[in-house]
Amino acid sequence: MSTRDWLLEDSPHSRLQANAGRAYRVFTALLRNPLSVLGGLIILILVLTALLAPWLAPYSSTGQDLANRLAPPSGAHWMGTDELGRDIFSRVIWGSQITLTIVGLVALISAPLGLLLGAVAGYFGGWTDRVLMGITDIFLSMPKLILALAFVAALGPGINNAIIAIAITSWPAYARIARAETLTIRNSEFIAAVQMQGASPLRVIVGHVLPLCTSSMIIRVTLDMAGVILTAAGLGFIGLGAQPPLPEWGAMISRGRTFILDQWWVATMPGFAIIIVSLGFCFLGDGLRDVLDPKSEGK
Amino acid sequence: MAPMLSVKNLRVSFPTHRGRVEVVKGISFDLGRERLGIVGESGSGKSMTGRAILKLIRKPGLVTADRMDFDGIDLLQQTEKQMRAIRGARISMVMQDPKFSLNPVMTIGEQIAEAVVTHEKLGRGEVQDRMLSMLEAVRINDPKRVAGLYPHEVSGGMGQRIMIAMMLIPGPELLIADEPTSALDVSVQAQVLDIIDNLVTAKGMGLILISHDLNLVSRYCDRILVMNAGTVVEECAAGQLEQAQHPYTRGLLAAMPVINETRDELPVLDRSQWAGT
Amino acid sequence: MSQNPTTAATLEVAGAASRRTRRRLLAVLGFVATVLLTFLGLLAITFFIGRVIPIDPVLAIVGDRASNEVYQAARVAMGLDQPLPVQFFHYVVNVFSGDLGQSVSTGRSVVEDLSRFFPATLEMATIGIIIGVVLGVPLGVIAASRQGSIIDQIIRVVGLLGYSMPAFWLGLVGLALFYARLRWVGGPGRLDIFYDGLVQPVTGLLLVDSLLAGEIEIFWNAVTHLVLPASVLGFFSLAYIARMTRSFMLDQLSQEFVTTARVKGVPERLVIWRHAFNPIRVPLITVIGLSYAGLLEGSVMIETVFSWPGIGNYLTTALLNADMNAVLGSTLVIGAVFIFINKISDVLYRVLDPRAR
Repeated sequence: MSTRDWLLEDSPHSRLQANAGRAYRVFTALLRNPLSVLGGLIILILVLTALLAPWLAPYSSTGQDLANRLAPPSGAHWMGTDELGRDIFSRVIWGSQITLTIVGLVALISAPLGLLLGAVAGYFGGWTDRVLMGITDIFLSMPKLILALAFVAALGPGINNAIIAIAITSWPAYARIARAETLTIRNSEFIAAVQMQGASPLRVIVGHVLPLCTSSMIIRVTLDMAGVILTAAGLGFIGLGAQPPLPEWGAMISRGRTFILDQWWVATMPGFAIIIVSLGFCFLGDGLRDVLDPKSEGK
Repeated sequence: MAPMLSVKNLRVSFPTHRGRVEVVKGISFDLGRERLGIVGESGSGKSMTGRAILKLIRKPGLVTADRMDFDGIDLLQQTEKQMRAIRGARISMVMQDPKFSLNPVMTIGEQIAEAVVTHEKLGRGEVQDRMLSMLEAVRINDPKRVAGLYPHEVSGGMGQRIMIAMMLIPGPELLIADEPTSALDVSVQAQVLDIIDNLVTAKGMGLILISHDLNLVSRYCDRILVMNAGTVVEECAAGQLEQAQHPYTRGLLAAMPVINETRDELPVLDRSQWAGT
Repeated sequence: MSQNPTTAATLEVAGAASRRTRRRLLAVLGFVATVLLTFLGLLAITFFIGRVIPIDPVLAIVGDRASNEVYQAARVAMGLDQPLPVQFFHYVVNVFSGDLGQSVSTGRSVVEDLSRFFPATLEMATIGIIIGVVLGVPLGVIAASRQGSIIDQIIRVVGLLGYSMPAFWLGLVGLALFYARLRWVGGPGRLDIFYDGLVQPVTGLLLVDSLLAGEIEIFWNAVTHLVLPASVLGFFSLAYIARMTRSFMLDQLSQEFVTTARVKGVPERLVIWRHAFNPIRVPLITVIGLSYAGLLEGSVMIETVFSWPGIGNYLTTALLNADMNAVLGSTLVIGAVFIFINKISDVLYRVLDPRAR
């Protein structure tokens, strides 16, 4: 029996086989959608660039060359150099590490947090639900960027605080989704069966409810990552995110502001990196939604 | 007398990822000023036939035919603009469920008036009179009040009568009724069909009644086409349905329960008999 | 004593009317309650940010070079020696009586600063949303009615770019291109320097004030300065509005009643605008409301780029100077406007849709 047959078997013999088979089906379905392939490729390239930055970048991210400052794009400096003569292309490559860190950590903090709060609210209902969802709604009805700005202002500028601030403002959307999913799962027979076996609420939520929320969560998190990148870049642009000399894309654009009228490349180039990576997450998120949640196809 | 509607070798197809799939596979029929029933299961292509006559199949759907003439007009050759002058004014269609086929944010009066105004230049008062008398013709007791209501404020049976009023008010010569009662309560089905029947007969119109209900079609129609999988498998006068030849029709008839039933089990259609025809 | 039927009917009508009034009254009260509750939540968050997170809120206000007496005085003045719930109560009372504290960097009260800067933001965001609606709605409708056409593809790309392009970057590129290269528009700021202060502020909206003063020249100067930042904002609201309009329209065009209209012989233009578009006007109002509120947020970035003397610029300056009263004050005002627009569009939805009445 070939691996493919094993993956596509109608009645899998183990949990591993079932999960692997589902992953394989999702993967092949994604491959049929050119835009999601493109999105996946962009994110793959982002990850590889971040991992291989020391070998890919032709120059160091901080090495100054004042004789060669504000040089336009050329063969030696594909994206030109900035006001300290640093190679912009190399800084964009090194910056991918920062972007990836921000995106990864925000997802790791806010998604599980939202998932847990939403599932608890949906599972227990009553006052727990009302209080938790009341807080969620208040957060949801507030402007995310402004809230993140205020949090960073209180916590102090810096990349770690920026990540915390963004995570604090993005969990409510996930809590809403998790609650909605939990409400539909809560009353199903198999949950009743688990409860009758004497499972504790914690066990039911973690072992049986949360796994079923993951697919809608993955879609939402992927789609949201574009927004996270933009917010992080915005914080960097204002001067509250990553601090110099870190090659964060938003902060780089901010440095180039002074020279925008004559040396346009300093501010423009990092912007392209932001757009491409954000688009990548949009494409992949759209593709994932079409595959995992066919109801909303084409919207 | 030349038939009012003459259709020859009508085909409707849609593209899928496995190439074009035909849902109507070359059907032909003629229609005079009579009541024709088209019966078939869901997916047999009967609704598509109705919509193809009005050229309402949107791309990427494709309609072809050797001939599709209405009152001497070659429908296939008509431009979209010419078709608009025919739709509503000369051929009209009542659809399945008034819950979905009436515009939810226009009052009933506005929607009915629109059907007239689209085709005739009339004064406001005249339109109003026509609309109210049409509502009365479909047995709506308080037409002035109903005209000001929104569709969600009326029952399904009344909604369908409103739909009929809207489709008949410009005075078409042919009415296509596509499953007009399948979304309604059994108690009002007969009432709605009686209204259609009376109006069609009184005005000497042609009627195509599309339904999955063999009984209903044989009660209200003069002639019956039985469709299956995109083709016409049987054509007969309504009274002679009992003598139908084709195994599919026989199967359908046999599967109908009868009062004073003596069979223990209703037979199921045996599709192998006519497969490939 | 017999009642005649006419009065009975009148009484019944009057009863129904008063019942309707009562229902409306309850709806209004419910609306006020949710707005107040959400606003209280906002206050709790800003209170938390301002008083609880900073290790030493006093230091954040007086600065680290203040003497011990000044520090202690400020601590008592801020009520920090009292328990948190009491502090929060005082905070709420202060905010509702219009006291947001002093700004360290401008030396004026935050309320005065905000009322001075708010009109500039309002002017820019309003022109932005007008651009977004006037272009976005028709483009979305056309894209949906010609699915797969070139316009449709363009709208899709624009929609995605709206999600993935940093607003401040687009503003900078716009400045480099349309101001530095092409000289089509005015540069940063609301006016050229030599026009500054010539017009007496009445509404604070320069376009209005200059016309009121009869200064056509200043009006046009203000327009050239406003057009680029407003267009950048407009682009983002256009992207969002067109995308949502397209999706709503596709939904409507697949509805059975649209086929009904075509069966009646209604011209395609009317099928699209009267039958498919009319039902989505109400949800679109919500979308436009959300987009308008989003523009207030987006203006923070744009104002920084264009040195636009609005609330966003005030906020970012305050952020960099750690001027916490100003930060919290602007957060509160922007948040309150945001919440208010959100809730209003929610209410409009229920009032305008015949199905929800």
